Amino acid sequence: MAKVIVVTSGKGGVGKTTTSASVASGLAQRGKKTVVIDFDIGLRNLDLILGCERRVVYDFVNVIQKEASLKQALIRDKHCDTLSILPASQTRDKEALTREGVGEVLEELKQTFDYIVCDSPAGIERGAVMALYYADEALVVTNPEVSSVRDSDRILGILSAKSKRAEEGQETPIKEHLLVTRYSPKRASLGEMLSITDVQELLGIPLVGVIPESESVLQASNAGVPVIHDQTSPSGQAYQDVVARLLGESRPMRFLEEEKKGFLSRLFGT
Amino acid sequence: MKTVLTAGQAEITDLFVPKEHKAALDLKGSVFTLTVLRLHTNDLTDIESELKGKIAQGPRFFEDAPVVIDVEPLKEAGLELDFSPFITLLRELRLIPVGVRHATPPQQEAAKRAGLALMKGGAIRDLPSQKASTPESDAKSAEATTTTRQHKIEKQAESETAPVPTITKVIYQPIRSGQQIYARGGDLIVLAAVNAGAEIVADGNIHVYAPLRGRALAGVTGDRTARIFCQNMGAELVSIAGHYRVFEDNVPDAVRHKAVQIYLDESEQLKIEPMGG
Ligand SMILES: Nc1ncnc2c1ncn2[C@@H]1O[C@H](COP(=O)(O)OP(=O)(O)OP(=O)(O)O)[C@@H](O)[C@H]1O
Ligand SMILES: [Mg+2]
Repeated sequence: MAKVIVVTSGKGGVGKTTTSASVASGLAQRGKKTVVIDFDIGLRNLDLILGCERRVVYDFVNVIQKEASLKQALIRDKHCDTLSILPASQTRDKEALTREGVGEVLEELKQTFDYIVCDSPAGIERGAVMALYYADEALVVTNPEVSSVRDSDRILGILSAKSKRAEEGQETPIKEHLLVTRYSPKRASLGEMLSITDVQELLGIPLVGVIPESESVLQASNAGVPVIHDQTSPSGQAYQDVVARLLGESRPMRFLEEEKKGFLSRLFGT
Repeated sequence: MKTVLTAGQAEITDLFVPKEHKAALDLKGSVFTLTVLRLHTNDLTDIESELKGKIAQGPRFFEDAPVVIDVEPLKEAGLELDFSPFITLLRELRLIPVGVRHATPPQQEAAKRAGLALMKGGAIRDLPSQKASTPESDAKSAEATTTTRQHKIEKQAESETAPVPTITKVIYQPIRSGQQIYARGGDLIVLAAVNAGAEIVADGNIHVYAPLRGRALAGVTGDRTARIFCQNMGAELVSIAGHYRVFEDNVPDAVRHKAVQIYLDESEQLKIEPMGG
């Protein structure tokens, strides 16, 4: 059975698109047929991070409005042939996303793919609600700061009230995962950021991973290669762990402590 | 005293539909809490002014509330009621009349013509006292209060023979930012966290057996004896019968993260007291 995973947060700029691109790439690398959909109509971003912006011809809205077939709109990823991208439209308005339209497209994708990853726009408006409506699982992306936690809490409320599973009173609700991103152990230990325990306690849902703050993320998105492909980056490795956990493996949490500087780097002061 | 508002229960018997093929509908039995409007007069102007006063005390409680009209006292006094202007009045006040009880045969006919159901049975209990929680006590509302109290005593004597349990709402899931839970006509028990930005409201008491980080308002229809109990105090705002306190920065150290109870003392001061040592 195909699984629909929404990547959501309420607050903007916390790392949803970065996470969608890396998690979808990771699932695909492990042989799962995966498609990642950009729900951020008007603010295309996912295709940039995946480095396929020049190959966009048709988009999600074209498919919903039956101006193009899914086959025409889907873009095959250049790193991983089990990954496809359904880009967002940059020109259309958000009203184009209707519940029926989105539902039909997802049904069709479920025939072919094992995983459908939905990159949600920020906010709690229509686009965000559409992205989470059909979800089976949710990755709630949260930065370790009060306002981001508050918005994630809000989104969790919406998941439990306005999703299809909730509206139909289905027996199994959406499976929620907490993903803390842009975590800096140093700033947390100085009390400038909430600790992982704080965030977990406030939101009360299981933790699926902690992605450390790292420059490699920005470099990766500039290069159009999701950071999960960068084996040397702590963020990339942390995303590998997240994908493994989503697939049921258990892995210890890493990158929670400040890295001890090696003898040489201390000597040379880098 | 011409009108009394009481909460009663209406019962619907279970009906079953055979499940062989996909049904177009389901019929299910259910029990609802309804407000009963007991009329002591047929004078519409009196009814209107008194009803408006009551609604002003708890506008949220009465907005779009379904009501059952009880005309028993009229029958006893040998009074008739002109149904259609009365129903128009209720609708203007944003109440939704749904049924009548204790109607005489001509009243039953009038009620049916007006689209109302004839209700049978239903135990009645008093709503929490309707005293205004705001200190604007002009002569009129003072009078209303006394009469309410008198009547309450009368009612209590009556109900001694048949006690009716209050309706308690129990919530097992965390209540998250932006969500609101209202326990109408009774107590609220919450077994998971009430997070910052969430609001829990009850006509009766509130119990939270988890951290309370949001807003909690008990006795919102005026019950000054309502209390809030919580296991881990960190609220943004607490209120009893409209007497509220905001914790702009944080809850004072003495009670922060402690188990507390919150109530109004004799001089209507909001008290926050640690519980259980
Ligand atoms: N772990 C990280 N370390 C450093 N920078 C990061 C990390 N994760 C995300 N960023 C940066 O944060 C910014 C926002 O990331 P991203 O676009 O993924 O967020 P978003 O939640 O999708 O934003 P929006 O709400 O606008 O869609 C980007 O510049 C990205 O490079
Ligand atoms: Mg984004």
